[in-house]
Amino acid sequence: MNTILENPTQTTLANAPAWLADRRTAGLEQFKALPMPSARDEMWRFASVGRLSIDGFNVTDAPAAETLTALVERSNLITKREGLSVYVDDSPAAFEGISEALSAKGVVYLPIAEAIAQHPELMEKYFLKESTELGSEKFFGLHAASVKAGSVLYVPKGVEIEKPFVNYYWTSGARAAVFPHTLVIAEDNAKASVVDIFFSETEENEALNVSVSNIHAGAGANVFRKIVQDWNEKTVSFQLDTTVADRDAQVKNVAVNIGAERARFENQTRIEGPGADVKMYSLTVAEENQEFDQRTFQTHNAGNAVSDLLYKNALLDNARTIFSGLIKVAEGAQQTDAYQTNRNLLLDPTAEANALPGLEILANDVKCSHGATTGNVDEDELFYMMSRGISKRVAMQLMVFGFFEEVIEKVESDELAENLRILIRNKFESKIK
Amino acid sequence: MSDTDIQDEAIKVDTEKGNFKYPENYEFDAGVGLTEDTIKYISDVKNDDEWVREFRLKALEVFKKKPMPTNWADKDLENIDFDKIRYYLSKGQVPARSWDDVPDDVKETFERLGIPEQERKFLAGVEAQFDSEASYSRMKEDLEKEGVIFVGSTEGLAKYPEIFRPYFGKVIPTADNKFSALNSATFSGGSFIYVPKGVKLKQPLQAYFRINAENFGQFERTLIIADEDSEITYMEGCTAPKFETATLHSAVVELVALKNAKIQYITVQNWSSNVFNLVTKRGMADEGAEVKWIDCNIGSRLTMKYPGVVLKGKGARGEVLSIALANDGQHQDTGAKMMHLADNTTSNIISKSISIGKGRSTYRGQVHMPKHLKNCKNNTECDALLINTNSRTDTYPAITTRGENNTVQHEASVSKVSAEQIFYMMQRGLSEGEAMSLAVNGFVNDLMKAFPMEYSVELKRLIDMEMEGSVG
Repeated sequence: MNTILENPTQTTLANAPAWLADRRTAGLEQFKALPMPSARDEMWRFASVGRLSIDGFNVTDAPAAETLTALVERSNLITKREGLSVYVDDSPAAFEGISEALSAKGVVYLPIAEAIAQHPELMEKYFLKESTELGSEKFFGLHAASVKAGSVLYVPKGVEIEKPFVNYYWTSGARAAVFPHTLVIAEDNAKASVVDIFFSETEENEALNVSVSNIHAGAGANVFRKIVQDWNEKTVSFQLDTTVADRDAQVKNVAVNIGAERARFENQTRIEGPGADVKMYSLTVAEENQEFDQRTFQTHNAGNAVSDLLYKNALLDNARTIFSGLIKVAEGAQQTDAYQTNRNLLLDPTAEANALPGLEILANDVKCSHGATTGNVDEDELFYMMSRGISKRVAMQLMVFGFFEEVIEKVESDELAENLRILIRNKFESKIK
Repeated sequence: MSDTDIQDEAIKVDTEKGNFKYPENYEFDAGVGLTEDTIKYISDVKNDDEWVREFRLKALEVFKKKPMPTNWADKDLENIDFDKIRYYLSKGQVPARSWDDVPDDVKETFERLGIPEQERKFLAGVEAQFDSEASYSRMKEDLEKEGVIFVGSTEGLAKYPEIFRPYFGKVIPTADNKFSALNSATFSGGSFIYVPKGVKLKQPLQAYFRINAENFGQFERTLIIADEDSEITYMEGCTAPKFETATLHSAVVELVALKNAKIQYITVQNWSSNVFNLVTKRGMADEGAEVKWIDCNIGSRLTMKYPGVVLKGKGARGEVLSIALANDGQHQDTGAKMMHLADNTTSNIISKSISIGKGRSTYRGQVHMPKHLKNCKNNTECDALLINTNSRTDTYPAITTRGENNTVQHEASVSKVSAEQIFYMMQRGLSEGEAMSLAVNGFVNDLMKAFPMEYSVELKRLIDMEMEGSVG
């Protein structure tokens, strides 16, 4: 069998420009040259790298038309939107482009291939240019060589778009390898919001995901990105996300992670201008034998900026989570405010939470803190509710959903928030004893 | 003489307190570099038992095989040249029981450091190590009658193998890390202490480590066993002259607190700025026992030290309180490890670091609740104070939690001395330097209270001294 690990093939798009071919070749070289992660690697500390395998996954052919139709139908988490793309095993299933009014203002929302054909300069400047530096360089190489599905959003200076652009990435075929890519470029004072949703067709189809998302927020830009990851528990997933924030830019990332057998989530923020404000929020519900491996990096290269991170994990059964975060304040980046919080709620004694909250501070006039807590449901709170006649089961549910709500409400959309609550409920409500 | 003059006077004396040396004249010298012959020489001089010889030689093999931990640690480690170090230097293997019997230059050394004076004032016993061996060792007679043993490592293993051998190298195995292996091969000096059941020492025992020779490596080995319901406080201090070349200090300290025993281990590390201080310290706490590390690092070029407690018995408690001060050219890479292996165990880590100039302080910690335990608690607080714009601090904790009703919390913060604070104090007539000193002392004040009086006074002075000229 021709697996992507043994013989990764570069995706070739029609009339691909030379720069793209170079980046794909470089990616392939990087993938081949770098070893698989090992337990000795600090970047993979606590991850069960011994069980990590990407063997036997392949790029698949386009699924049958009825599969595409059915999945487009199921792509219904958000109805009020500005644009929509649906991919199934990296094949396009649906695309709702932008209105003519937005087009006239210079906004671009296109599938990657079309963006390369129509806006080569823009794509040369941004596409596959930014990657995380958190240990998955090998997989970024594989992504660069293989990516074909994904959407590009470009919002020119001063254009503000309220409604979100929604991208669905589905897996369907047997042992399919997918490489979704979301690229968001918000020029100075532009405003945009994007939702990326990762779903599996069934509970059974095994898949490998290596997705990349890059956000470039210009001076004073405002970007809001939401991620819903609900792969089935037969999926191995790598999400390599970056944000670059210029002067006074405001960027907010909210991720809700529910699925995958093992999910590596790298989220890197680079602050390049004063006054920037970047938020990184995440909620993870881990059960059975799931492993969520989260690595974050907040780099402050400019002073007077703010970054704030909150990662909450709830764990059941034999699930494992790893939160490894680093705040780095570069020399001279004075008046930085950087915060990092990790909260782990252990709902079963066999679940395991690991926390590695790190700081590297090279400037003295800063406010930086991090906190990590791990614990069970507060017995006193539980007792309080039970003494008021609430059954233990209901009290537990209230407390666990209360724990989630802090992140869920940050999506700032009643429709999406409610859909997220349903997804989470479906996953584990029955398990709360 | 005004008050300020007195203060200055005290500081001046202190600055030069450790920075002097006497001519090198040693009867026993293992030469330069590390080979099997070096180890055999040390064993011969010490007249080691056969099992100790084997232990050392095996450790040498482990040391050679282990890589430097440079995948995560400071690259400065690569500057240690193991072939240029002298591994054993002494004037004799038997410590004197009276200061009168100590060779003059050694006696003068410790007198200048104030050790005999402290002994008279508040200590239950003192051991003073000069390069590889203790020159002086004495404990109050009544303690001896109660069965307390306070000897050096050689004497401990030779005379009391039935007490020390079962625990020797058990809390910190040879292969724990490269430097614990190096120590296991070359160890000399240090304290072996046994406190019998129910004996509670009211006054601390103290060891003082002095490096006098250049290009030297000091590898003392300490093992403290506190039997059931006993209590002991142990303090160590250290100094070395300022040499041009690098000096290596690599100790192994093992503590064993049996049921309901309490051990408190206090370190004031004030090595000169050419010393690599790479120390492995770990305690084992049985049921209801308590191990407390109070660790203060002011000197050295690079310190790597993460005192740990293995909480092996139900209800055991572990604590690490640490203060680190990193000045220009220094890297204080310190931290703590707490291994929870039984129910109802609790641990507490409080770490405060101050970085001055280009100094770098790092907190590295590990809290581990790997098994399906119940009702374990850990609290970790790391506060860093950065004095200058180019000072640096890092925090790298690693926390693993499982089990029922366990709680772990970690908090870290980074701050600077606020301009308002300094302005306020200067308005009231303090100089900028004094104001800064006061603010820094305030930052560590609550931890300082954990130290015995004599030590906290000494510490305050050291901090004042290090802060001199750091403003502006």
